[in-house]
Amino acid sequence: MNPVPLQWYIWLSLALFMTGMFGFLTRRSIILMFLSIEVMLNAVNLSLVAFSHFLNDLRGQVLVLFVVTVAASEAAIGLAILVALFRNRATAQIDKITEMKG
Amino acid sequence: MNPYLFGYLAAAIIGLSAVALTRKNPVHAVLLMIVMFFHLAVLYLGLGAEFLAAVQIIVYAGAIMVLFLFVVMVLNIKEEIESERFTGGWPLGVSLAAGLFLLLIILTGKVLPGQQGVYTAQVIASQTDTKALGVLLYTQYIFPFELASLILLVAVVGAIVLAKKKLR
Repeated sequence: MNPVPLQWYIWLSLALFMTGMFGFLTRRSIILMFLSIEVMLNAVNLSLVAFSHFLNDLRGQVLVLFVVTVAASEAAIGLAILVALFRNRATAQIDKITEMKG
Repeated sequence: MNPYLFGYLAAAIIGLSAVALTRKNPVHAVLLMIVMFFHLAVLYLGLGAEFLAAVQIIVYAGAIMVLFLFVVMVLNIKEEIESERFTGGWPLGVSLAAGLFLLLIILTGKVLPGQQGVYTAQVIASQTDTKALGVLLYTQYIFPFELASLILLVAVVGAIVLAKKKLR
């Protein structure tokens, strides 16, 4: 049996998610905001793998595969938007992009 | 997994991601993230998910982060390095993340064990993790699997259309 309890994994996953959330809420650069999203997705993946191990159920790992797929397509689309944005505005700072004032 | 190894990995993962997300230079941030993904892959190995550890290294560190590096190099990072790192509302962001963290720590203090599945460590060891995962993915989860391929196709087409200079 694993000497490390499930709780530790959940707390590590939580701490990682909050690190990503902190980055997403505070950084100005869009590239760093995308990186924060990747950190948050990885935190969720970690908790899914931990639950899969401790509950003897492989469904968590299947779900992680789908999360990785979606993360890859999200990164591709997001970076394409960033390239298009940079071509038009020549900035990647989130507070200078104010065309779509709500 | 050895608790000391877990402690090292946990400290490294949190430390590396926190340092990465506060860098001024996006290239440094991406490189630190790659190191962080390798630590996470070791953690997956300790949880008996060999296939996902390989996926973590090949897809995350190898593909997604390299894509980030390409885009960062295309963009002008001089502006990034010279401008302010954080938005004006950063104390709010920090306190929101810290508050939610404390709340969730308290809430997850007691978790009741759920229903146990059939894939115990012995069952997985008898047919290897990759085979067990593949059988499950290609039988029970074949529809979501096909849907995932569709999502990737849409992403490929969308990325090309978005990044193209002029649509004819």
